[in-house]
Amino acid sequence: MTDAIVSLQGVSVRYGAVQALTDVSLELPAGRIVGLLGVNGSGKSSLFGAVMGTVPIESGRIRLFGGEPAAARKRNLVSYVPQSEAVDWDFPLSVWDVVMMGRYGRMGPTRRPRAEDREATERALQRVGLLDLASRQIGELSGGQRKRVFVARGVAQEASLLLLDEPFAGVDKGSERTIIELLHGLRDEGKAILVSTHDLAGVPELCDEVVLLQRRVLFQGSPADALAPETLALAFGGGVAVTG
Amino acid sequence: MTPIEWLLEPLQYAFMARALVVTLVAAVTCAILSCWLVQIGWSLMGDAVSHAVLPGVALSYILGLPFAVGAFVFGAGAVALIGGVRATTKIKSDAAIGVVFTALFAMGLVLISITPSQTDLSHILFGNVLGVSDAEIAQVVVIGAVASAVLLLKRRDLTLFAFDRSHANAIGINTRWLSVLLLGLLALTVVVALQAVGIILVVAMLITPGATAYLLTKRFDRMIALAVLVTAVASLGGAYASFYLDVSTGGAVVLAQSAAFTLAYLFGLRGGVVTARVRVARARRLEAAS
Repeated sequence: MTDAIVSLQGVSVRYGAVQALTDVSLELPAGRIVGLLGVNGSGKSSLFGAVMGTVPIESGRIRLFGGEPAAARKRNLVSYVPQSEAVDWDFPLSVWDVVMMGRYGRMGPTRRPRAEDREATERALQRVGLLDLASRQIGELSGGQRKRVFVARGVAQEASLLLLDEPFAGVDKGSERTIIELLHGLRDEGKAILVSTHDLAGVPELCDEVVLLQRRVLFQGSPADALAPETLALAFGGGVAVTG
Repeated sequence: MTPIEWLLEPLQYAFMARALVVTLVAAVTCAILSCWLVQIGWSLMGDAVSHAVLPGVALSYILGLPFAVGAFVFGAGAVALIGGVRATTKIKSDAAIGVVFTALFAMGLVLISITPSQTDLSHILFGNVLGVSDAEIAQVVVIGAVASAVLLLKRRDLTLFAFDRSHANAIGINTRWLSVLLLGLLALTVVVALQAVGIILVVAMLITPGATAYLLTKRFDRMIALAVLVTAVASLGGAYASFYLDVSTGGAVVLAQSAAFTLAYLFGLRGGVVTARVRVARARRLEAAS
């Protein structure tokens, strides 16, 4: 066994008649940002779901931190940053409340925060630059700030694996920079980071490695090689160019 | 009559004192639960469970059991049936809910029609809070207290469940168990509330308080507190009004809650229709003056 943080061996996922993933094998090491690229419907969400345990796998084997995925989740090692569309932004919660949820796995059954939980929440907010907005209702933030709240939740959780679903959708250029710098900082601390996106801009700057997905792994390698026109055409069809 | 006399007068009647206790317990329990129901989008589930308990209540009378037992069994059974239909067919959620609860409600109507006369259908459907027995009060108070306590102790987990199931799952919290817990508490709460306002109006008690409080605050903990406070005041106000005006108690309680919602709708801090207009007008005036 390697010391991979995430290890998928021959994973297949099927919804009824739809084969969402076929024989996917992947290894994610610590201290790297891996971009998961593919068009809509290429199986990115299924792969995330399989790693998170919300989508049952038909065959294959998934290991997190060398053990059972459920055990890794129980140990607070895994953090998930959802797509913006998946979040109810009108929910009556403040930025502070959401980041504090990152600490729940470390609290007792009633999730009553202790001093260390408040300190971790404050540090996480400081780190993503949202401490002065802590009492804002989450819907009162910009697109980039909204993303940072959920990254801060993962930081407060002290997770070692972060999964980000489409982190740049609806995010302006300035915020994109902030998020990329933040993720680079986390990577340099040794976190494993998996980012799914269908938006190619930002990928070369953000990622150390790219996986092209089209229901199976088409390519795994450096961003430069992945974004070469002939490689990209495999996953996105012809006529795709990197812009921005 | 002084205000104190106005408040104390109904309490001289034992039936009215009991009605106030039942109304208050039911209103508070429902108010707490409603905060999650409206945020998750389970309002229709509240409607379904409240109607589905009818055959359970009828059977309890037939078999001489406490009404709460039959009501809970059928409430929980309805939840399980709805979940089963949803999981095994491609029928949309609201259709699955509609099919199941109307079937059970109809079964209740048939059962009552063949039951000897001591069960009065209109009392079950529209409530008979002025006629509750001591045994029924005991059931209401105990169940209401247990349901409220569990809801408040697990409130942070339930809020996480309502807000972001994927995160709950990511940190190893069993979301299936949380949904079973919440639905179980829904069934228990319905048992309490139908004593106060009857099966037909239980759904109002399960939705209106949360919807009202949502218009008043942007923080979940405050939403729970406001739901309880506003609903307790409105429900007691409704019960007193029913005494003095000699109208249906359940109806008056729900009307009073609806009035509270209307006030929040017009003047609430968050989405108040009037408040927002006043704010815009004031901003325009300031702009014009500068």
